[in-house]
Amino acid sequence: MHDPSSKRRPPHALWRWALIGVAMAGSAAAFGYVGGWLAPGRLTPNSLVDALQANGGDHPGYRRNHAKGICVAGHFESSGLLAPYSSSPLFQPGNTPLVGRLAIPGGNPYAPDSSAPIRSFALRFDLPDGEQWRTGMNAMPVFPVSTPEAFYELQLASHPLPDTGKPDPERMKAFFTTHPETTAFLAWVKTAHPSASYATETYNSLNAFYLRDAGGQRHAVRWRVEPEGAIPAASGPAAGDTDYLAADLRQRLGAGPLRWKLVMTLAGPGDPVDDAASVWPDGRQEVVAGTVVIDGEQAQDSGPCRDVNYDPTVLPRGIEVSGDPLLAARSAAYAESYLRRTSEEGHLPGTESPKEAAR
Amino acid sequence: MNGQPMFHPFARVMHWLMATMILAMLFIGAGMVSTVSEKHQWLVGIHKPLGAAVFVLALVRLGFRLTHPAPPLPADLPLWQKLAAHASHWLLYALMLAMPLIGWGMLSAGGYPVTLGGGIQLPSILPANPALFAWLRESHRYLAWLFFLTFLAHMGAALMHGLIRRDGVLRSMTVARRD
Ligand code: HEM
Ligand code: HEM
Ligand code: HEM
Repeated sequence: MHDPSSKRRPPHALWRWALIGVAMAGSAAAFGYVGGWLAPGRLTPNSLVDALQANGGDHPGYRRNHAKGICVAGHFESSGLLAPYSSSPLFQPGNTPLVGRLAIPGGNPYAPDSSAPIRSFALRFDLPDGEQWRTGMNAMPVFPVSTPEAFYELQLASHPLPDTGKPDPERMKAFFTTHPETTAFLAWVKTAHPSASYATETYNSLNAFYLRDAGGQRHAVRWRVEPEGAIPAASGPAAGDTDYLAADLRQRLGAGPLRWKLVMTLAGPGDPVDDAASVWPDGRQEVVAGTVVIDGEQAQDSGPCRDVNYDPTVLPRGIEVSGDPLLAARSAAYAESYLRRTSEEGHLPGTESPKEAAR
Repeated sequence: MNGQPMFHPFARVMHWLMATMILAMLFIGAGMVSTVSEKHQWLVGIHKPLGAAVFVLALVRLGFRLTHPAPPLPADLPLWQKLAAHASHWLLYALMLAMPLIGWGMLSAGGYPVTLGGGIQLPSILPANPALFAWLRESHRYLAWLFFLTFLAHMGAALMHGLIRRDGVLRSMTVARRD
């Protein structure tokens, strides 16, 4: 062979250049497709969060859903009763500190507390070895939809009309009639009233998860936190008071800590583990894993819960995600919401800064 | 021809192993942030340990490279192309180290536990801070795009050497001609 570099003119030069072009363009197109830029029909975390933001309005620095809330702090007192089902040290007898957040759904941090008949409770348990358990629970027995696609359509259908500020009833009806999985939710929501206190509510994981025991066996569960003992109901808000939940919480905490039992429900045979829109029958085995004790609160704009993303897939060893399609969607969408609000908090170029005065 | 300049076999194995891993990382990363399906979950589960492996291999490879010089580029290659080749190679090395570090740092700044699966958890390397998180998260995205564009140019140039100039540069990273 001759010195290769002396061959200036390869045969079929045009084809060779074309091959290089195809390799480069093909790689770029593949990347564009996988990244979603060339696949506009795909439901992305961005489009989900855009839909939430379109309904709640632009409120820089705030969560794109459950925007109005309050930080709480306390600890978890484990009973040890769950230890046979989960290998997590969290469930050995003992105490674990936690950072929580009580909130109402919706993307508007100034919404009146009565705007939804649902309250939410999010918790981050900080295990000694640096592991964490994050969970976000809603005070409702069942979720309206089973899939992220249906959740997205529900957001589109509930977009407030400019004149009434309320969703178009026709569109809502059309959504519910084409989504029979919403039946259980609709039956519940007819009877639901916005509670006057966070303290009296029971909050449900809704999504199912797996516990993994020390022997490697998995156990499908859902969990809830429910008030321990009899909790006096709130007197009810004064007329025109739209921020009664935080005031009620402060008042109760002034009198002493609030306690919720953490109850794990084990799935029976045949119970759906991948469908938050279906209720498990009564009478399932339940284990009281311990007590969530809340003894402090702080405003959400300066409290420790502000910069927490309560991504329900952040789990310690001994708890695992199930096949519920909402879990992956929540993880992806919460990350996008978290990036938007931390970018605004950090005054990144091209983002709107949080309105200091209003906070 | 015995004098044909080649990369050390170890450098070649590392190059192709890491090229595969890094391309996979770029596609996994872009894919996982563009879907809300279950793919998101398992892609994130691969992304973090694979990214950590890239970091470790990049350190080993760079250590090797600093003690084993690369074969010279053809003498008749225009100066600007030589400069571009060297600059882009060092940029690729820099990104192999920076991307995993930023990924690790942003999870730390976001207050997340940095889990790699199988019960392995890395310590936090930065204090929890929302602004820091957001800057690092955006850098992770834009540097990934820069990484991909640099890869495209790098592949285009390598193919140009192999198919048009046929000057032995592509061969120096693949297998020697047997003649
Ligand atoms: C695909 C379905 C869902 C989507 C897209 C979605 C979206 C969101 C988003 C974007 C946030 C704000 C996150 C942040 O910035 O930190 C949020 C908060 C929350 N979501 Fe969901 N969500 C979904 C399903 C659920 C379900 C099934 C539950 C059931 C328990 C739930 C409970 C909560 C709670 C409790 C919060 C507030 C967490 C906090 O206080 O920080 N979500 N959701
Ligand atoms: C060679 C190394 C790496 C490459 C090429 C890479 C590439 C990418 C890409 C392309 C994205 C999508 C960015 C976007 O469009 O927003 C991404 C996101 C991400 N990467 Fe990496 N990455 C690397 C290493 C790591 C490491 C070591 C970690 C963590 C230990 C990590 C954690 C993440 C996380 C958490 C996200 C965002 C997920 C989300 O927001 O839902 N990356 N990465
Ligand atoms: C993400 C993928 C890739 C990365 C990160 C990468 C990285 C690198 C780096 C850092 C070098 C410099 C080696 C040194 O001087 O120490 C190099 C050299 C080289 N790469 Fe890649 N590479 C990738 C993909 C490819 C592909 C797809 C091809 C071929 C089509 C290729 C062909 C070459 C060749 C021929 C050289 C030798 C250049 C010379 O002699 O100076 N690489 N690569």
